[in-house]
Parts: sequence; structure tokens; C-alpha cells
Amino acid sequence: MTLLRKFLLRLITTAVTLFGVAVIVFIVIRVVPGNPIAMMLPPGATDADIARLQAQYGFDKSIFEQFLIWLGGVMQGDFGQSISLRQPVSSLVLGRLPATLELSVVALMIAVVMGGALALLGTLYRGTRTEGAVDISAGMALSIPDFLWGLVLILLFGVLWPVFHISGRISPALNTDFATNFYLFEAILRLKFDVVADLIAHMFMPALALAIPLAAIIAQLLKQSLKETMHLDYVTLARTKGYNENHIITREALPNAILPTLTLVGVQFTFLIGGTVIIERLFSYEGLGNMAIDAVINRDLPLIQGIVILFALLFTLVNLVVDMLYAVLNPRLRHA
Amino acid sequence: MKLSRRSLLKTSAAATSLALAGLPSFAQAIDELVIAYNVNLPSWDPTVGLSGVNPTIQGFYQSVFDLYIPQNPDLSFGSGIITDYGWSDDNKSIWMDVREGVTWHNGDPLTAEDVAWSLARVGNPETGSPIQFIWGKITNIKADGNRVTADMPEYEPTFFKWMSFLTGYVMPKKYYEEVGADGFEAAPIGSGPYMVEKFERNAFVRLKANENYWGGAPEFKTVTIKFVTDAASRVAEVESGNSHVTLEIPYEEFDRLKAKDGLAGVAEPVSDIAMIFINDIEVMTDPNVRKAAAHAIDKQLIIDRLLSGYGVPIDTMQTPDYLAYDDSIKVPYDPELAKQLLADSGYSPENPVKFKIQTTKGFKPKDYEMVQAIVGLWRRVGIEAEIEVYEIAKHFELRAADQLAPAAFYNWGNSVGDPTTSTGFAMFGPSPHSVWDGKETFEAILPLWGEADEAKRIAGWKEVDRRVAENAEVIPLMQYVQPIVHAAGVKVTPHRSGALLPHLMTRS
Repeated sequence: MTLLRKFLLRLITTAVTLFGVAVIVFIVIRVVPGNPIAMMLPPGATDADIARLQAQYGFDKSIFEQFLIWLGGVMQGDFGQSISLRQPVSSLVLGRLPATLELSVVALMIAVVMGGALALLGTLYRGTRTEGAVDISAGMALSIPDFLWGLVLILLFGVLWPVFHISGRISPALNTDFATNFYLFEAILRLKFDVVADLIAHMFMPALALAIPLAAIIAQLLKQSLKETMHLDYVTLARTKGYNENHIITREALPNAILPTLTLVGVQFTFLIGGTVIIERLFSYEGLGNMAIDAVINRDLPLIQGIVILFALLFTLVNLVVDMLYAVLNPRLRHA
Repeated sequence: MKLSRRSLLKTSAAATSLALAGLPSFAQAIDELVIAYNVNLPSWDPTVGLSGVNPTIQGFYQSVFDLYIPQNPDLSFGSGIITDYGWSDDNKSIWMDVREGVTWHNGDPLTAEDVAWSLARVGNPETGSPIQFIWGKITNIKADGNRVTADMPEYEPTFFKWMSFLTGYVMPKKYYEEVGADGFEAAPIGSGPYMVEKFERNAFVRLKANENYWGGAPEFKTVTIKFVTDAASRVAEVESGNSHVTLEIPYEEFDRLKAKDGLAGVAEPVSDIAMIFINDIEVMTDPNVRKAAAHAIDKQLIIDRLLSGYGVPIDTMQTPDYLAYDDSIKVPYDPELAKQLLADSGYSPENPVKFKIQTTKGFKPKDYEMVQAIVGLWRRVGIEAEIEVYEIAKHFELRAADQLAPAAFYNWGNSVGDPTTSTGFAMFGPSPHSVWDGKETFEAILPLWGEADEAKRIAGWKEVDRRVAENAEVIPLMQYVQPIVHAAGVKVTPHRSGALLPHLMTRS
């Protein structure tokens, strides 16, 4: 199967997956207890008032009818109006997506650097106490969930040694106009380093909290792959050629050992995006996750649907990209 | 600009130092007040939608907009945009005098036309005001000079009180009609003590002092309110000096923080009570069971043990600040009486009466723990209650459908302190917020809705409260105390409504 055919097939399955997610989410959030209309009822509301409100938000129709109306809107790019925020869902979620993406990408970069460094260190000093320390560190990092890391970081770098901001994405006093909602990427491109520093000072702790568990996974898997590769014939050949250990690990073993890690990073990246929900709340970071929690509390059904669909789209796209990348990098798949 | 690695590193280091040096500390003099608030602000229009009836965000609105009639920190009614008001002799019409010389944030004058338009707008069902059932009671609204008049075909004794309550804000007619709902949401203006300078949804709002405010310009010229919804993060915000003021943190943290150098704390009761709704179904139709449940609860013990002593026990839905508060109505803690009452109905600790109690968990301070303690106290006298945890949304849904469990823990706010907005809506059967269907209470409340004689009206509500307490038709538990921690350099005046108002803050 050619890469193009594979890509097209994946696109079709992605569309089917998204439709399935839409159906499930639409039904589930209407079946679970909690009615947004009941939350906005005034003290003196009569049955007629309740009926009027239900009609206003379309809840007087059957779930099937509501779904068809919603789907019709989605086909035209209209995800409805948020009940609590009184704004179009599409502009709300697309406005927040860049913040979550930036946080996730920075977290991923930190995780790759930390995990990669630990794996290389453990491989270089395999069989020594250093490798043991790497294993213990990775085990600890993995056994503590990201939100607990967040609390630890707040205590350390927010309170005891207050070098980073505890909440928000950017300092309110910073008067900077952005053309996009990708604040960090835009500030870097425009060489506004004071803004970059401020954004990093806000983003560092939530990104690190998200990165630590992923870094541990990367460290464990990459180290294992490297160790297996180190016993292969071509590595032995390199060793007999007189290359030093650093060269053998980084230039000979790593390119082959990294493939399984790459797949894992792709899959874990989707989990990392999911993890932003709690972390964004903890750090009052203005991303999609933070908005999702408010939407659930307020039973803002159109907004919940919009956010879940966007998360689902992100997950499937990331998986698609990883699969394609893997196919490109792996000659056996490329020519299969 | 030529960028070398060295210059990039230098610039980055300098910028990082600058950013880090910019982190505030409570040891520094306060130029810009930073508040870590516990909730987000979903929408800027204070008169429509879900936000209009959300009591936790009224502090934002009262900073930017003016209530028609403001409330002082002790909940007494002040003079605001409406300076004087009243009914005609036959109670068929109302009049209001509008303060002169007030301007909107854009410099336009605030006129009686604005007031008339604001009232007509929220009275129109199409606008989507959740309090339309009150605003819609006036018709034929007219502005003449600085006086607004309107007809009130059906007398509503609480009409002017609602002008201090949810959705009771004056809106700018000319500006709103120019920019529309979306434009207003993007760039709101009011006539309040602060103007909106910058608003990042779910992140912060930056306010600038309104130097022309009719009530005097606020002391802090710039105020940033950060939306920090996680309590642990709010504690860290104020402890690190990133924020100068925060609220609604665990009482243990409040006690710890206020003892620290550079920080202080204030904890005052607010108009928010904890209560147990009684649904007159299943075993709760037996008055002995209800009364036993009420007498078996040691409210002061719960406050002392679980809330570090922060709370005021109450026996009716009126707090001591409210108009119809009657300190002679008592439901004492009396476990022996509770046992006797249960024995009269054939129950005992060995043969307990069983029912379900619903509660939120983490919505209010120690809500679930309080219910656990209550269930423990009940068990001693012969009540076996099964706890079911529900979310706020579920509570509202069940309450509106009259399907709450026989007992359901929740809270009730009533910052205007009128008995109609506490006992009235909570106990009057047809209200979507009541699950009590008893005929006697319904008949006792019915004539009070339109009672024109104020003394008779209040006396009537006190009688209702007495019979509700005697029959244990609801179990009020305590008035909440709001913990506020602040930098020692700030003087915070708490407001009994629970709204944290930056214009009431000064340098100490």
C-alpha cells in the first residue's frame, strides 16, 4: 500500500471516528444528570417560563432532532452558542486552542529533552549506580500524577522560591497586542524577548508538571531500546572500529532505537493534551482544559460538545501524523 | 537587527531577570492591587443569562456597574443611581428619582432615560433576564426630568429590594444600542467605580479607577483580578506575594496565613447559609422524624470541629442581618428529645428510621464532611441516613422537578435579606426552588406575597418561620463566614453579601 493510499484511508477512518465521538458525546451529556435549564431558573419561574427557556435552547425537541440540528450547524461550521458564555462555541474553542497547543508542545519538548537525557545517561553508565539512579528517578516521576507534580512545583517555585508565576498565561500589566492567540510562538518570531520571558515564567511550571511523567516513560523505553540495540552486530562492529561509547550510543544506536520511542511519544502526546485539563485548572491557565471544566460545571452542553470534538480531532490528527512519520522514517513500512 | 548567540543569551537573561523581578511581593508598597478571585467571569452583561443570577460574580459587576440602589457593607440600603423612590398612595404605581451629574465610563451622561430603558429591557421576556418575573411587573415606564415612573398593576413589595439584587444594574442605553450585545460583551461600560481596561476570559480582568465616580474615586487606581479557581493555587498566590488579596480558602489555611508576617485576615459572616432541604416524601411525612432529625444536630459542634469555629448557627432561614430575623425561634440540640420523638413513631437506635440524604462534595467548605458528621449524630438517636453525593447541576435539576431525596444538603444566598427571597422561594410549594408541598405552609405564605403593610408582612413571615421551625420543614444549619486573606498593606472592608469589592479596599 502506498503512503498516499494509507493516508487517505486514515483520513476516512478519522472522519468516521469523529462522527462516532460526536454521537456518543451528544447522547451521553444529555443522558447524565444535570440540566442547564434548571440551573438558570429564577426563583419565581412558572411552568411556562421553564418551557420558554427549554424552547429557547432547543431542549424541547427529542435528542435525535437536537442532534440533527446540531450536526447541520456543524457541517456549516456553526457549533452553536455557549449557554454560559453567550458566545459562538467555534470562536471560543478556537480562541483557546492555541494556548493549550503551546503548553502541550512546550511540555512535550521538555519531556523529550529530559527523557532523552536520562535514557542516554542510563545507557552510557549502564550497570553502574548512575543507571540505578536513573531508573529510580524515572519510577518516581511516573508514580506521581501530573497534578501532584503541579502542587509540588507551586510550593517549590511559587512559594518557597518564588521565581515563576503561579497562575495565568501572561502578566496583565504587559501591554502587548498579539495578532494571533499563539502568544509564545508569535513573541519568538517577533523577537519580543521580554514577552517570551514573561510567557515562559507563566508556562514553565504547568509545562514541567505535564512533562515529568512523560519524560519518565520516554526515559524507560528509550533506555531499553538503546540497551537492546547495543548488543546488535553493527554496534559491535562500530565498537571494533574504535569509536568511543558516546559516538556509538548517539550516532549508531540511537537512530534505530528511537523509532519505538517516537510512536510512543505520539500516543503519549495525546494523553498529555488530555492532562492539560487538570493542570490548566490548577495553574489558572487560559486554555481549552480550563474552559472544559467550567463548561461541565455549568452543564454548557454546546460548549462541552465543541471542546470534546476538538480534543477528539486533535487526538486523531496527532495519531495520524505519528503514523505517517513512522511510515516515512521506517524503510520497512515505507516500501511495504 | 543583527542577532548573535551571545546577544540573544544576554537579552534573554535580562528579560528573564526583568520578568522575575516583576513578581510582586507583599513586602513592597502596593501600586497595583492584585486580587486572586475564586471564580471566573463568564459574561459582562449583568442582567441576562446564567451569569445574571450567579451570586459569586456580583463583585465584578458591582465594580463596573451601578446597582439601581446599592447596599452598604452591613446590607443596609444606600443611595445610589436611584436616590429616592416609593409607591403611589394606592400602590398601583412607583416613582424613582435618578441621581444627577453621573456619567458613564465613556463620558456620556447617565439619565433617567437610561434607567427607564434598563428597566423596560429586562422586563421584556425576549431579553432573557432571569428575573423578568419581577421586572415584568411594571409597565408604562416613563422618564421625565430626573424622575422615572411606572405602573405596577400587581403590587410587589420586594420590587425595590430587587433593585439591589441579581440583575438590578443600570445599563447604558445609547452605548448598548450603538454596539449591540456582542459589542457590549467585548467592550463593556458602566457607571461604577472601575472601568474595564483589559479582559482575558478565564485569566484576568484589569480595572482602571473611574476618577469621575459619583461616590468618589477608588483609592487603588489599577486593580487586576486574576481568576484562580483552585483553592491551593489561591493560597500560593497570596503566600508568595503574587496577589495581595484572596478569598474562599480553607479555614485552616486562613488561620495559618493570617498569622504570617506581612499578611492579615478578616473573616465575617456573609448572607449565605448551609441548610438541609426536607422533601415531604417517604418517612419525612412523619413530623416526629423531621423534628428528631433537626434536634439531633449539634450545629455549634460541627462549626467548631469542622470549620475551625467559622460559622454562625441558625435555626431559621433568616440570618441575624435579615429583616425577618426572630431570635426567639430556636431549634435546640436535644438528642434525648430526638430519641423520644423517634420512639413515639416506633424507631430507636436498634430499629432506626432510614432515608437518603444528598450532598455536594467540595462545592462549599467541608460540605460532605458536615453531612458525614450529621449522619453520625443522627445514628446515635436512631436515624440511619445513606449519603448520596450529587453535583450542583444535579441538585438544581432534582429541586426544580421536586425530586430531591427526603433530605438534601445545599446552601442558600439572600443578600437583600428579604424573607420572600429566603423562606418564600425555598418553602412555597409552587416555586421551582421548593420541594416542600405542605398545604399549611403554602396557605400561610400565599397572602404574604402581595401584603402592602410592611410591618404586617414581616410579622407574617416571622410566623411562617416559626411554624416551619416547629414542624422541621427545613433544617437551617449555619451562616457561612467568608475568609479573606490580604497583604498587611491593604485594608479590606468585607461586604455581607459576600461580594469582594476592590473599591472598598484602601491602603492601610
